[in-house]
Parts: sequence; C-alpha cells; structure tokens
Amino acid sequence: MNKLKALAERSRAEWQALHHPDRARIYLGMASCGRAAGSEEVRKTVLAMVKKHRIAAQLVDVGCIGPCYLEPLMDIAAFGKPRISYGNVNPAKAEMIIEKHLRRGEIVRNLAVGHFADAPCDDLPEFFAQPMLKHQVRIVLKNCGFIDPENIRHYLARDGYSGLQKALELSPDQVIEAIAQSGLRGRGGAGFPTGKKWQICRETGREPRYIICNADEGDPGAFMNRSLLESDPHSVLEGMLIAGYAIGASMGTIYIRAEYPLAIQRLKTAIRQMKENGLLGRRILGSAFHFDLKIKEGAGAFVCGEETALIQSIEGQRGMPRTKPPFPASSGLFGAPTVINNVETLGTVPHILRNGPTWYRQFGTEGNVGTKTFSLVGKVRRTGLIEVPLGTPLRKIIQDIGGGPQKTFKAVQTGGPSGGCLPEELLDTPVTYESLAAAGSIMGSGGLIVMDRDTCVVDVARYFLDFIQRESCGKCTSCRVGTRHMVEILERICKGEGEIDDLNKLESLARTVKSTSLCGLGQTAPNPVLTTLRYFRNEYVEHVVGKYCPALVCRSLIEYYVIPDKCTGCQRCVGVCPTGAISGPRSEPHNLDKTKCIKCRACLEICRFDAIAGNAIAIRTRGES
Amino acid sequence: MEPMREPMQSILKEFPVEAGSLIPILQKTQEAFGYISPQAVERISRFLKLTENEIFGVASFYSQFRFIPKGRHSITVCLGTACHVRSGGILLEALERHLEIQTGECTADGRFDLEAVACLGCCALAPVVKIDGDIYGNMAVIKIKELLEKYE
Ligand SMILES: Cc1cc2nc3c(=O)[nH]c(=O)nc-3n(C[C@H](O)[C@H](O)[C@H](O)COP(=O)(O)O)c2cc1C
Ligand code: FES
Repeated sequence: MNKLKALAERSRAEWQALHHPDRARIYLGMASCGRAAGSEEVRKTVLAMVKKHRIAAQLVDVGCIGPCYLEPLMDIAAFGKPRISYGNVNPAKAEMIIEKHLRRGEIVRNLAVGHFADAPCDDLPEFFAQPMLKHQVRIVLKNCGFIDPENIRHYLARDGYSGLQKALELSPDQVIEAIAQSGLRGRGGAGFPTGKKWQICRETGREPRYIICNADEGDPGAFMNRSLLESDPHSVLEGMLIAGYAIGASMGTIYIRAEYPLAIQRLKTAIRQMKENGLLGRRILGSAFHFDLKIKEGAGAFVCGEETALIQSIEGQRGMPRTKPPFPASSGLFGAPTVINNVETLGTVPHILRNGPTWYRQFGTEGNVGTKTFSLVGKVRRTGLIEVPLGTPLRKIIQDIGGGPQKTFKAVQTGGPSGGCLPEELLDTPVTYESLAAAGSIMGSGGLIVMDRDTCVVDVARYFLDFIQRESCGKCTSCRVGTRHMVEILERICKGEGEIDDLNKLESLARTVKSTSLCGLGQTAPNPVLTTLRYFRNEYVEHVVGKYCPALVCRSLIEYYVIPDKCTGCQRCVGVCPTGAISGPRSEPHNLDKTKCIKCRACLEICRFDAIAGNAIAIRTRGES
Repeated sequence: MEPMREPMQSILKEFPVEAGSLIPILQKTQEAFGYISPQAVERISRFLKLTENEIFGVASFYSQFRFIPKGRHSITVCLGTACHVRSGGILLEALERHLEIQTGECTADGRFDLEAVACLGCCALAPVVKIDGDIYGNMAVIKIKELLEKYE
C-alpha cells in the first residue's frame, strides 16, 4: 500500500516548490466571509497589478483563517521574507501593498497584522501571537487559511489522507476502538460518544449501512461548518471515509444546506479530485475498501438538521422527526443502519487516527476531550471562527479571544434557538456539554453570540421563539400551538402591552412545550425564554410594568430625537429620511417630527458615520424628554 | 405550458423514478425557471406518479421553494441571530419600502425580488445582504440606494 506515499511525495514536492523562499506568493482569504467583506474586488486589483507590472508571484486562494473581522485578508511572502498578513484590505490598500511589499520589498507596517515565521521577523508581531489567536488550539482548523481548498495536493502535502491510510491498516473494530478511546463526542450538539455510535451501527450486522455527514448547520448565526467545508473540505471527506470503513458502509451522503453554494462547489471539486487520485470508488489506496460519496442539498428547513427529519428529507419527504428509538444507527436511511455525524466531528476523526487517541486526550477535560470550534459573533470586538479546548471558560473566549463586548456586557447566547442566554455571573462557566446544560443552555453546534447593553433580551427571546414557531414541522400540538402562544405573549410584551401575569403564563407554557414535544426542536425551543426569565427577569418587568425597553430596541417603546447641542445642521439626515420627518434650515439644529418618524435608522446611521454630521440623532424611551 | 415541456423533459430524464428524486427535481426546476410553476408540478406529478397535492405538500414544507416568478436580480436579506441583533430586520423593512414590495414579492418592472433567509453564514460581518451571487457584509440602511444602482 504505497499509493498514498507516492501521492504525498509528489504533493510535497509541489508544496515545497510553492514555498521556496525565492518565490513570491500572494494569499487571499476567499471564503464566504472574505467575499462578503469585498475580497473579490481586492482580487481583481491584485490580478491587474500583477499583470501590469509582470510580477512573478503565485496567487493562492485560501479559506478562512479565523479573524473574520479583519477580512479581507491579504498576505504576501516575498524577497525571502516570511508570509506577512494584512487586514481590512481594500483595492486601494492592496495596490499600495503590492507596490511597496511585492515590488520593492518594503513591509507596509501600519497595515500589517503579523507574520507567520517561527523566528522573529523584524519587530512585527507574530500572527498567531495576537490576542485573538494565542489562546486557541487549532486541530480541526489546522489547514484553514494555509491551503488552497480546491487543490487536493495542498491537503496531501500536509499529511492529508494519512489518517485514512492508518485506518486501513487497522481492522474496522480497531478504528472504532481508537475513536472510542479518544473520547470524541458529537459536535452537532448532543455530544453523543462517536465511537459508541459507530459501534452500535456496525454491530447491527445488517447490510447495507450508511454514513451521513450533517452539514445542515441550521443555527442561524453559526458558520463553523460552512467555514471548514469551504476552507478544508478534504478533512471532512477523509473523516467520512474513515467512518465508512469503520462501520462497514460503502456509501456516504453529505446533507448540506442550499444556502452554502461555495461550500457545495468546493465539495464537488474535492470529490472529483478524490476520484482522480484513487481515493474514492473501488479498492481505495489499493485496499479492499470501496466507497462512494453523494451530495444532497437541503431545501431550507431548520428541523432537517435533526437526524430523523434529515433522513426523511433525503428520502424525498417532508422533514418530520419521528420518535426514537429506534435510533438511526440501528434503523436510518431507507431503514438501514445509518451513522449521522456532524461536519466537525468528522473533521476531527482524521487527526485522531493520525496522532492517536492518547494525543487527543491531552486537550480538554476528562469527560469533554478535545477542541471545539465556535463562531464568535454579535457585539464583540473581534468576531470570527475560533477553536478552543473544551473546558475553556466563557469569559476567556469573550474577553481574551473576542476582546470583550463593544459596550457593557449583557449576555452570551450559546446553542442558537435551542440554547440559552447566560449573564455576566455565569461567565466563568467552562464550555462543556454538562456545565452549559446545568446553566440552562446547551453546547449546541458552536454558535456564540455576544450581547451588550444595546441588545434587548426580551426581543432576542421573541426572535428565537418566532424562528422556532415558523420552523416547527407541526407534528406535535404542543410545539406547534404552544410556541405560537409564546410568540404572541412576547410580542405583546415588546409592544408594551404585556401584563405581569404574562410572565407566569410564559413560564408555564415553556415548561409544557419542553416536556411534551416529540423531538429536540420542541424540547429545547423554550430555553431562550426560560433562561432570559431566569437571569433577566428585571428586563421583562421593565417592559411590562415600566413600559420601557432599557436597551432601546423595542420599537413601540422608543422614539428618535435630535440633540440640539450636537446637531451641526448639515441636512444629511433630511436627505435620507424616507418620510420627511426631519426638517430644519441649514446650519441650525434640525427638528424631528415624532408623528412621522418610522424609526428606520437611516438618520441615526448617517449622523453617526458621516464625517460632517455630528452624532446628534439619538434614541430614548418614548415620552421622555 | 408548451414551451416548458422540453426543458422539463431534460430535467426529469436525469432522475430515477423514486420518491428520493422529488426534492432534487424541484431544486433543478427552480434553478432553471426561477420558481415552481403549476405546470411544472403537473409534469413532475406525472413523472414520479405522485399526486400534485403530495408534491405541494413537500415543496411548501421547505422555505427554499417559491411559487411566484423571480426578478432579474434576487435580493436576500439575512435575518439570522447575528444579523438580527445588528438590525437586519430594519434593513429588510427599508428594502421593502425602497422597492415598494413585500418580502416574497417581485417588483412590477421585474428588476428585483426580495426574500429573507435565516443565516447566510457570514455572521461575523452582520448585517448581511445577498444580491444574486454577491454577498455584502456590514450593510446599513443608508447604503441601500447606492448598492441597488449596481444592478440594472
Ligand atoms: C432541531 C434540531 C436541529 C439540529 N440541527 C443540527 C445541525 O444543523 N447540524 C448538526 O450536525 N446536528 C444538528 N442536530 C443534531 C442531530 O440531530 C444529530 O444529533 C447530529 O447530527 C449527530 O452528529 P454528532 O454525533 O456528530 O454530533 C439538530 C438537532 C435538532 C433537535
Ligand atoms: S446571522 Fe446573518 S449571516 Fe449569519
């Protein structure tokens, strides 16, 4: 079995040639987050410059390295100097960086984020020593930002598919044993031991058996799985092959949400390259293992992330969960034993095979081994994709890695619509499956949304319930009707029409929905309401009794006004107001007519971001003056 | 219905006659025509030997499928959590006002249609709007007018 060795050697040669100190390279972060920040424009500029000046440099499109708030990221390696990263690049900055760094060898210090060398490089900071990165342990994200996700040789050059090779040298039972010993638990939310799931499936002995990769990533506000699939698709596919070998499946399906077109495209490319290199099909790497992969696009239903609903959806039905047991591992796709694993779970598997279960156990805690990726977003300074050992306290993630909230901290939401909002007092909670559950939230798939004093927790609870209520498949009455009632009550409260008794009604409805729903969707849906009632009851009371929204979010309870002392009379806001609510002569404080104002934010934004305007539009509680 | 027969035929012939084909066929149909027309449902119904009601039942369960035609450009506003806490909802309202349509509709001149979605996966750059294949992060109400001018 020297097929992989030959592949790896060829790939390493190509990798080394690319990284030869005499060769100049330009790296561009071309994952969805980079694109959303404008990396395509930067890329056009770079290509034009390279062509115009006939610069001999290799352009490498890489995935997401994590600090999304610095996107677009452009890195340069030239003149024998190590790779240096530049953040928040736009076409104009890109032109300057190319001109100075790539053509003349001068590092543009004021724009540089850091370097990637092992040794000191001038007096630039090390990229991975930045506060956002230095507390992280990157296992799953190891390749992200370093390899071209559309080039299988980059993956192979960095030990790619050596985990599969290792697995093929073991018996399937030994592979399952290794995964069991590593302590790996499912990263899709519930934390079920992966080795055990595989064993249950294998032990059914029934043929055929299937492996499904759950890439539905339904949590609105989480993007770990997208980022991994866009930045390092082969790591997940290698994990699927190992799982397939271990459970005795010869067919794998990736169920991915249609909202992720770039990830789908990269998976397709990756699968094609696997076929070309004998990593799919018959006799993989010269072994007796046959395996094939299929992609199924989801069609936009949150509940389809739930495993039994997902199976229904692949079978062409409405995605309705069914009661468990039987669990899919014994009766899943078309009734056959089926293992369903999350993207990140599968992305971790090759590393465990490569380095051994003991190595993996050094990360995390006893019952919560390993690392977990989180999408750190919301009102935090440094947003992005991070990976930390399990057991890391929330405070460390939010303060040290995220740089803290922009304004006074209010809450952190983990686990998406199934999770809860945790207050300041609980920030020392370590992120483990058990401790988050004890606090009333869940680990979930890794969404982590920070909220500051400008976020209204009642509005957030209403938002999640409204989301769940739309996404409820409608099978259980308590989920379908109960969540609708809860939304109605929350809407009333947000409008200032709630009564104190509504809080008790909410609580009892929440308990009913929780205890009588069939699937995880309904059982966890009340969590945002229950945790906000538990930790932020005061804020509800303020809405209900005081009829005001302390975060100044709930629109029926606020009004916009002009601060006369700050208003420069520039008329910018007059121009953007869609209803003609603002008037006033030039150079004099403007007048805002409350009866016409629809609170659309336009004046607030222009006043805040325009150089001439004076940050003079503000929001206050209705009726205040 | 006549002009549709040929393209529908070429979509259908790629799939085996089994229930598992329904969602991929609907996806392909939407890709080709921009929406699922009653005529298309009829054709699929005959092909898969499912009733039209069964097909509507499945199609309406998933938010991806639309039953009215698309505009020349499709605007999608993210209403995921990260975008919600950064005022994505107000952005959607502003777009509705600007285009004088409701979410799920298409402008009279056929230039834009407007939809909302729960998360485009660029949450770190919230609020996010997508027009056709292009994603725009850190959006604001005051950037809308200029942005739309790029799309004819
Ligand atoms: C309502 C609901 C939505 C879910 N969404 C997802 C999802 O988007 N991605 C995912 O991997 N798991 C999701 N799950 C969990 C899956 O049912 C399943 O437990 C998981 O995919 C198993 O993989 P793991 O063992 O690797 O975690 C969801 C569960 C529920 C109840
Ligand atoms: S919440 Fe809007 S992109 Fe994720």
